[in-house]
This record gives sequence, structure tokens and C-alpha cells, in this order.
Amino acid sequence: MGRGRFGLLVAPWLVAAVVLALAAPPPAGAQQPETTTLRVASTQSVDSLNPFLAVFASSTELGRLMYEFLTAYDPRTQQPVPALAESWTVSPDRLTWTFTIRSGAQWSDGRPITARDVAFTYDLMLRDADARTANGNFVATFASVTTPDARTVVIRTKTPQATMLALDIPIVPRHVWERVPSIGDHRNDELPVVGSGPFVLTGYVPEQFVTLRANDRYWRGRPAVDEVQFVLFTNTDAAVQALRRGEVDLIGAGSTSGGMTPAQFEALADDPGVTRNRATGRRYIELLMNPGAATREGIPIGDGHPALVDVRVRQAIDRGIDRDALVRRLLDGYGQRGASIVPPVYPRYHWSPAGPAVRRFDLGAANRMLDAAGYPRGPDGVRAGPDGQALRFRLIGRGERAEDARVGQFVRGWLADLGIVVVPRMVSGAALDEMTTDGSYDLAISSWGVNPDPDYILSLHTCGQRPGPDGRGSTTASFFCDARYDALYARQLAELDPGRRAGLVEQMQQRLHDQAPAVVLFYKNALEAYRSDRFAPFQVQPDPGGVITGQNGYWGFYSARPLAARDDADRTAIGVGVVALVVLGGLTAVLLARRRRTGADERE
Amino acid sequence: MLDPARPVPRRTPHHLAHRLGPRLVGGLLSLLSVVVLGFFLFRVLPGDPALTMTRGRPVGAREIAELRARLGLDRPLARQFLDYLAGLARGDLGTSYEFRRPVAELIGERIGPTLLLVGTATVLAALLGIWQGARAGWRRGTRFDRRSVGVALTLWSVPPFWLGLVVLLVLAGGLGLFPVRGIRSPDTSLPVVLDVAHHLALPCLTLVAAVYAQYLLVMRASLLAEMDADYLTTARAIGLRDDQVRRRHAVPNALLPTVTLVFLHLGLVVSGAIAVETVFSWPGLGLLVYQALRVPDLPLLQGTFVVICAAVIVMNTLADLLLQVLDPRVRW
Repeated sequence: MGRGRFGLLVAPWLVAAVVLALAAPPPAGAQQPETTTLRVASTQSVDSLNPFLAVFASSTELGRLMYEFLTAYDPRTQQPVPALAESWTVSPDRLTWTFTIRSGAQWSDGRPITARDVAFTYDLMLRDADARTANGNFVATFASVTTPDARTVVIRTKTPQATMLALDIPIVPRHVWERVPSIGDHRNDELPVVGSGPFVLTGYVPEQFVTLRANDRYWRGRPAVDEVQFVLFTNTDAAVQALRRGEVDLIGAGSTSGGMTPAQFEALADDPGVTRNRATGRRYIELLMNPGAATREGIPIGDGHPALVDVRVRQAIDRGIDRDALVRRLLDGYGQRGASIVPPVYPRYHWSPAGPAVRRFDLGAANRMLDAAGYPRGPDGVRAGPDGQALRFRLIGRGERAEDARVGQFVRGWLADLGIVVVPRMVSGAALDEMTTDGSYDLAISSWGVNPDPDYILSLHTCGQRPGPDGRGSTTASFFCDARYDALYARQLAELDPGRRAGLVEQMQQRLHDQAPAVVLFYKNALEAYRSDRFAPFQVQPDPGGVITGQNGYWGFYSARPLAARDDADRTAIGVGVVALVVLGGLTAVLLARRRRTGADERE
Repeated sequence: MLDPARPVPRRTPHHLAHRLGPRLVGGLLSLLSVVVLGFFLFRVLPGDPALTMTRGRPVGAREIAELRARLGLDRPLARQFLDYLAGLARGDLGTSYEFRRPVAELIGERIGPTLLLVGTATVLAALLGIWQGARAGWRRGTRFDRRSVGVALTLWSVPPFWLGLVVLLVLAGGLGLFPVRGIRSPDTSLPVVLDVAHHLALPCLTLVAAVYAQYLLVMRASLLAEMDADYLTTARAIGLRDDQVRRRHAVPNALLPTVTLVFLHLGLVVSGAIAVETVFSWPGLGLLVYQALRVPDLPLLQGTFVVICAAVIVMNTLADLLLQVLDPRVRW
């Protein structure tokens, strides 16, 4: 026995392989020789092409390229500038917004873009819960949307909304979407997808490629590059290799995960055809300290350590954490030390402590603060509170994020010098979200990306964001609840003057820093790289110092300007040859062996 | 086992049905428990899908509540379970929370690449392992034996993702002989079969290197167990050459445990190989399961769990039946 049965084993696989290979779809976006393509390494799959459902950063980025918005963020100033709306006015009570839609703009199929498309999009979100999946929060306070004429949209809100010029909602063509029977089931993959952005989606192979073609009818003018193609990598090392070999032209910063590591970024330094972009990040990493989790009604929930309710303990911990060391040793210098929840990438709103407010890293001072607050050290060196309970804190972090475990180790080391025992534990992201929402933590490592308008991130620390009596409905980021902070929040929301609003926003950050429900540890740099032998420098946001990908807009991709054609002299043929040789060699060896055996059998 | 007191029955269709029956019923029962387990197992996982899916996005309490209602998470557990059972009965595995598409469709999209990669690698690894194991065992203690076992064990101990990275950096990145990612190139003039084979080469190589040791060791051990058997002495006495003794007598008798192992692994082929799939951006099932676990995307987890378990159960039942064909002793 043996050989015959092995043949039986192998044959189905060979057949399956051949059938599969033949049945596989043709390559997306087959290249014309004169087509210029910007190929982008993407590190996240696409959840949906439907802009009402898409929530992954990769998919919302596609949405930004496919659909124009009412207003956009200027890449230099990061202030709202006209997009589909060429101008707008707001009533003195900030409840009625009137937008004038620009004339002459067209959908990619040639139909005009009118106020009715805008109203249809917002109306759909008000009517249909499925349509609110991705961006429902932006219409939460909308009372009505009307169109007095084809160029005017009037939006009335129930309460003043700070983000009316930052509505991150792709405007969809009414003549296409009014025929969609169920938004929740609609995939939006009828190619080419009718849109209004700088690019039109023309190809999609799930988990592999997304291809977009330049939109000839884009109102700002057709992009210089003919095609943008996103190629999915589940491994950043492979993406870096592909960039080095010129198979991709751009590696973006990635979303919450998946971007280049400092080591990978540094390895690209010597590559002559590659230019690196080290951008200031929009994301902060913080150490939450449970300040006494409670519901909106003030009923305590969770199992946070009672000592952390004491603001003096939280402030002492803040002084016991060396942010500079974290940036230096954990990020290899690719980051900035943390100050407050609005990152320095938004200088208009960012606040960082100065003068006496600075809590410089000083273990001696932190120890004295704890001594004075009435937490003496026990015989084992561990401090205990007035209630006799030892300062032994659990610290949870996200297992999927490698840096969390290292942050935990650093914090444990520093706090040990304060007589505080920290027990780090890494859990899944899903578990971490659940535990922080339930208030079941002492210390937790958390992270938020911040939009140009700080309203949302500020709102996450107001009393009203805490859970309802059933423990549900919580969106608080820290269980912080402070009357002064809430009063400032209400004032900035109603403030019409940008300068005065910025002042209020700074006061809010100051109050947060003072009360210390969290220590903002650092802001990571966003690391990107592109083939500068093939593409001119991209428009970054903010300019200077900003990102090419993951912008609040489409400027990076829209500005892509090809310099030279792709060098296609690769060694694919050799590789294919090697495969063919191995397969043929194997087959020959088997055949030869058989023949020899048969011969031997005959000789017996 | 062989019972000498029992007369060996003739193989009639009647007996075949008798033997098949209990196995098939057993398989069905396992499948049923998998269906029930699949539902409750993943509900024990920590994490609230509605929370994970909205994390980091500007949402209010209303959106989270709406999402929870849309996913059916606010319904009583018993009701959810009945819905799930009713769906399964209709052949409907449900709709993925995250991708908003039918689970069956998502699995269908990924199962092809996974079967191609893990299937090919399992078959190649089994062939290589059996071949080397038989020779190593036959020439036990020689340099060939020591080297084969040494190399195989080293590769077995190396983490597959690391091995894959090294292979990728050297053969794809450094030498540029192979693609660094995926199953197809975005632009290529190659015929589809060659392009896919070109992409398959490195992940397949990695996977074979990582797993062939188990076949080698089992084959080697079972051949060693046969080495002192009388029938080999007899075969030699007849005048067969050493090569023929090994091929015709020792190997067939030593093959049984390895065949069982191969079938167990063929069942697991469906579950994919997450480490290798991730390194080579291979669009397979392993990666899908990992993505689903992160949320947790309950319908997707249930669906993949049921499909993977069903494959294992089917393959095990097949192995049971095949064993009776291969080994007359099992036929009672």
C-alpha cells in the first residue's frame, strides 16, 4: 500500500487548488501602461462601503474620498472651510443654521448636486435608525431639515450644537439612495459607486484591494493621480518591505493599531527613494484613576479602590509618573509628553500646565504629599489609608496593544517607590471597555483620538455621561463629575466668539488637570513613509507637521502628484520559476522513484 | 480489538449499515452539542459588542442603545437562543455584527484561500514527514536519522510567526523572489494559477516547515515499534532487498497512527492558521475568527465555530471508517 493512497490524498487538493486558482477573481484595476496609481498599504480591513454603516477608520477614509461633505477642515488652519456649502449663517440663538450649497457641483454620473441631496442625507438619518449607525451623534440634536430652494438647506436644532461646521457625514446622491429598500442591508458596491468626492470607487475585492479612480467631475478639479489603490496588509513588516521594493507608494499611520513601529520607521532612514513623515498625533494615552464611579444619580457602582476617591492621592500619583521617561524609553522619542486631553496638534484649544500648576516628576514630593494626606507606610513599606486599607491598586491594560504592558511595568516601578503596590493585568480590548464602563477598575490604560472640534472629548467628562440607574447608557471616559467643569462645558457650547470659546476650553482642561481623574501620559507620533522618487510631497494636515493619511479630510490623497512611473523590473519571473522548478522536480523525482521500483520489482 | 471467540463475520451491506449507523449517530450528537455550546460559550466571553463597536467614536448613550437593540442584544437570552436555533435550521448562520453581511457569505469568501493554504501544507507536510520518518526510523541512529529529527524538532519549536517573518524578509523582501502579501497581485500579467501559486509558495513553505515534525516523529516511532517484528525477519529470509522490506512490509504496518493523525489535521484545516495567515496577509478564516473574537462578533463566532467543528467531526468519522478499510483488525 502507500503510493496509490497517497495519490488519492493529493489529487483532490491539486484539483481544488487548480479550480480555486481559476475561479479567483481577476486582479482589481488592471493597469493601463499610462495610468498612474498611488498604491497605499492599508493595515485594516473594510467593514462596509456603505457610509452610513462604515465605522472602521479604513472605511471612513474611503468615505472621505468618495463623498464630499458640507464643510471641510482647512489643512493649514484646521478651521472649517467651504465644501459643498459655499457659505452659511447662524441665528443669534445658535439654533438655526442656513447653508448655501454651491452651484455647478456634479455627482460623478453628471447629475447636479443640490440642497435636496443634503437634506435627503440628514433626513434619512433622522428617519432610519440604521442610517444613524456610523454618524448618528451628529444629528442627535436636529429638530428639522428643510430646503426652501435648490441651493439652501436650513437646519434647526433643539439645543446649540458645537459641531455644526464639522458634520462628519458624507452627503449621498438622493437619486441613487432613495431607491435603496433597506439601509442596514445595503452594501453600496454597485461599481462605479456614484459619489461627489475627489475619487470614485471602481473596484473592491474583500480583504485584498480597494481601487478608486480620479473623479473627472470633482468640483475642486480632477486629482493629478489617475488611481488610488488600497492594498491590505495584516503585517506591517511586510508593508515596509513592499514600500522598499516599490510595490506600494505610501504607508499611512494606521488607526488605533497597525502603524509602523519606531524601529521600522528608523530602518527606512537610509532608503534613498523613501521619504518619512513624522507627524504629531491626534491621540492621547492616559492612565485612568477611578475617582469613585457612580451613576448619574450619584449611586456608587463598580469596585474602585476608596483611596483613589481622594484627589490628593491622584495628584501624588501624577507626580510619581515620569512622562519624559515614557516618551524616551517606550516610544524611542517618537512622541510628546502628555499634558491634557486636547493634543498639541490643535494649538488653538490645547492647554498645558505652566508655572505652579506643573506637577513635575518628583518621587520625594509625591511621598511627602501622601504623608501629609494621611496615608502612612506600614511595616512592609506599603501605605494604608485612614480606613486601614492598603494602597494596592489593580492596573488593567489592553493585551492587544504591546505598549500597555510596558506602561504597566513602568508605573508599577514608580509607584512602588511611593509605597503603592500596583498589580498590572492585561485583558482583551473588549473586556477593558466593559470594565472601565462598569467602573470595575482602580487604574486603567485608555486612549482616545481627538477631532478638531474638542466638544465631544470634553463632553465625555461631564456628569451626564455617567450611566443611568440601570448601569446602562454610560459614555463617560473617566467617571469624572464636577460642577465647575460642567458649568464651563455649558458656557463653551453656547459661546459664539471663537477666541472666548478657546479660553473656556482651556479652563476646562485646567480643571481636569487639577482634579486629576486621569494622567495624560503621552501623545504618540503618527509615522508614515512614501516613495518620494515616484510622488511629490503630499499635503499634510495640519501643515506643517501633520499626517498624510487619516486626516479630517481628503487633502493628502487629493494632492498626490506622480513624478515617475513604477519601476516594474522585479524578480517575479524568478520566483515563479522557482515554484515551477520545485513542483516539476518533485513530480519527476516521484516518477523516477516509481520507475526504479517498478524496474526493481520486475527484476525480482 | 480482535476477539478470538467471536467468529469473523462476512462483510455484508447489513453489517456495513450496523457499523456506520452508530458512528453517524455519534457524529450527529457531537454536532448538536457543538450547536448548543457554540451559543453559550461565546456569551461567557467578557466584553459588550455594542461597547466595543462604538469605542473611540463620537457616540452618545442613545446610539449605543439603538445599536444594542438592532443587534438583538437587549432580548432575553432564551429568545436569542431560539432565534439562533431557528436560523440554523433554515441554514442561516446569522449576520455579522461588524461586517453587516451574512456569516455564511463571509465564511464562504475566506474558506477557499484557507483550504488552499492549509490543505496544501497539511498534505505536503504529511508526505514529507512520513517519507523522512520512515527512512529515519529504518536507519535509526545514523547521521540521517539524527539530522532529520534535529531539523524537524528545531522547526517545530520555532514560533510560526517568527519563522514566517524570517522567510518573508529573506525570500520576499531581501531577494524579491516572492510577493510579500496576499493571494493575488493587484497588477500582474501572469495567469491566475501561476500568480496564486507564486503567492502560495512562502506561506505554504512556512506552514510545512512548522508542522511536518509531528508526522515525522509519529511515523518514526511506529516504524521503530515494527522493527523487531517476526514478519520482517521472514521477509528478509525470503530474500527481499532491504528497501523492499521497508516499503512493502514495515511502512504499511506502521502507517496507521500517522493516517489517523493526518485525518485529524485535515479536519482542522478549516480552522486556518492564524499566525501564518497574518504574516503573509493571507485572506483566510483564521484571521476572520481573530477579528470576530476582538468584538466579540457573536454570530460570526458561532458560525465559524459550528463550521470548524463540523469539519472536524466529519473528518473524524471518515477517519474511523477509513481505518476499518486500512486495518483488517478493526473490522471485528
